[in-house]
Amino acid sequence: MKYLNQMRDINLIKGMLEKVVLKSKTQVNIMEVCGTHTMAIFKSGIRELLPPTIKLISGPGCPVCVTPQSYIDTAIMLSKRKDVIITTFGDMMRVPGSESSLQREKALGGNVKVVFSPLDAVRIAKENPQYNVVFLAIGFETTAPTVALSIEMAYKENIKNYSILSSIKTMPNTMKALVVDEEININGFICPGHVSTIIGEKPYGFLAKDYNIPAVIAGFETVDILMALYSLLEMLENGEYKVKNHYSRLVSYEGNKKAQEIINNVFETSDSNWRGIGKVEGTGLQLRNKYKDFNAVVKLDIVEAQEKPIKGCICGDIIKGKNNPLDCPYFAKTCTPINPIGACMVSEEGTCAAYYKYRGSST
Amino acid sequence: MSIITLAHGSGGKLTHQLIEEIFYEAFKNDILLQQKDASIVPPINGKIAVTTDSFVIHPIFFDGGDIGKLSICGTINDLAMRGATPLYLTVGFILEEGLEIEDLKKIVNSMAETAKEADVKIIAGDTKVVERGSGDKIYINTTGIGVIEREVDEVSEIEIGDKIIISGTLGDHGISIMSKREGLDFDVSVESDCGLLNGLIHKVLDTSNKVRILRDPTRGGLATTLNEISSLSQSSMMLYEETIPVKEAVKSMCEILGLDPLYIANEGKVVLIVAKEDAEKVINVMKEDPMGKDATIIGEIVPHERRSVYLKTELGTTRLIDMLTGEVLPRIC
Repeated sequence: MKYLNQMRDINLIKGMLEKVVLKSKTQVNIMEVCGTHTMAIFKSGIRELLPPTIKLISGPGCPVCVTPQSYIDTAIMLSKRKDVIITTFGDMMRVPGSESSLQREKALGGNVKVVFSPLDAVRIAKENPQYNVVFLAIGFETTAPTVALSIEMAYKENIKNYSILSSIKTMPNTMKALVVDEEININGFICPGHVSTIIGEKPYGFLAKDYNIPAVIAGFETVDILMALYSLLEMLENGEYKVKNHYSRLVSYEGNKKAQEIINNVFETSDSNWRGIGKVEGTGLQLRNKYKDFNAVVKLDIVEAQEKPIKGCICGDIIKGKNNPLDCPYFAKTCTPINPIGACMVSEEGTCAAYYKYRGSST
Repeated sequence: MSIITLAHGSGGKLTHQLIEEIFYEAFKNDILLQQKDASIVPPINGKIAVTTDSFVIHPIFFDGGDIGKLSICGTINDLAMRGATPLYLTVGFILEEGLEIEDLKKIVNSMAETAKEADVKIIAGDTKVVERGSGDKIYINTTGIGVIEREVDEVSEIEIGDKIIISGTLGDHGISIMSKREGLDFDVSVESDCGLLNGLIHKVLDTSNKVRILRDPTRGGLATTLNEISSLSQSSMMLYEETIPVKEAVKSMCEILGLDPLYIANEGKVVLIVAKEDAEKVINVMKEDPMGKDATIIGEIVPHERRSVYLKTELGTTRLIDMLTGEVLPRIC
């Protein structure tokens, strides 16, 4: 907390803000990829203080929001099986499937347990040998290492009743997909801080090299975000396209090699399904052949649910940053955190939830 | 190790033993010991305040209290919030088969001690036992009866310029409970603030007759309580971020878990809306009481066309403070 308090020094933040304001001359679109950044930006209220020349676009970095509805429907289907215990991170509980949610299924008698780590799910599998324990593996490179660890653990200890329903996604290719999409015009990226602790700086290199887009790896304090904005503006002004790491207190150039190693041991790159977007090449992780017995779809002979798009819901475009929540006809009317229609409203870090929770005095 | 069994709820010998050896022994007073189907109390002079609350907290023992202490404080505090002097309590227990009798004794003794501290008699009770798996060790319901000294909670009296006061640090109870939650073995030293507020409130009401509203920000935290008041009174509030008291340990836990102390439950705090001219006087009196030693002004009633609660950040930006919407939190009260 001591360091946090130092970084929260109000004069420091005000000074940084002033520098950003002075630096901003032409119109730029900056995407913060990560949901935690979106929340931090809203919580501090800096949007109000930035000049209109800086447009902040919220990206696809909320793991719950990008998980397709068909995935939730498959999980719900599984939770109804008498031989299955579903284990999941808490924020998946309220995500609406096409007709129900895991929270509702739990109330109706579905065997669903909230865990804080996939390692807890392995423990539950050990304690309940008569059940198939399925962990809902969602998230990005940040959750992937512990999921991989849980698989290695179950493999070594020969725990046969543990498996995962995987929808893990990876960031760099996702950012590439956004860059090549002609409908989205991004001039600079604030790279996801947590993901970067695992993958390091290297994987973002292509943004600057191939697409002339500067990127800054940033922490989650207001001053971190302002510093990232300043650096991006400076690089754009000078036509100098680089990846800069301003989160060096946690992120190294190489990243966390141990975590990368365990991910690579267990997973290989695959395509992945994104809510409202569909299949995107090379943006997912699937279990390697050695660990195929831990794939719940194969192990439990699951017929995966089909995607049933919700009419009028623009979560897909919000995730891509094409639209913002205020463009959605449902936002804050029929779609609210209590009764979410789309996933962006469910998670604390969803773009719509952030807009809703921190809507300013003017909206 | 003796445990509660279904026989303790059968109405037979074991039920009587439980009542006499544990409940009467701890709670005994002239009214309870009438031992009749209904207790008869002497006439009460004045308007009567009644409130009821059920307690299902997990875990049942925590730093700074237990479900028993909580069940007494919660109900007495609700009476105090309306300006009532608490007089009597009734207690209903739902016990799960398998509960250790030693644990029950600890809880009952803690209730008796807290009731004594508040100068309140427990005058009626009931116990039921449910099968193992149908409950979670112990649930307690308490109903409180008090006599009105000076009726508080007149939302219509709220005026622009009135000050919002909090009696101390926010989020202690919720964080204390959460740190003991299964799978989250944080080694934090935050005690629950679970405690009686009737003494403090008494002093406040003796000091000022311009206290508009008293509320204890329990479930949903301060943010939710203020939103309730704002919507009832059709008034807007502005809180000032830098004035809101939060312990360092609570702040750290909130950082790690991604929570906001404004939404975390308290069990020994009161939020007051007081006329501007009396605010300082009230703060000074509160600070003399151990339950109000960190009392401070955190905001005020402001004119705004949309009736809502706002926070002025240290940076000078303004953001909306909404009600709590369903979050995955453990049972905390």
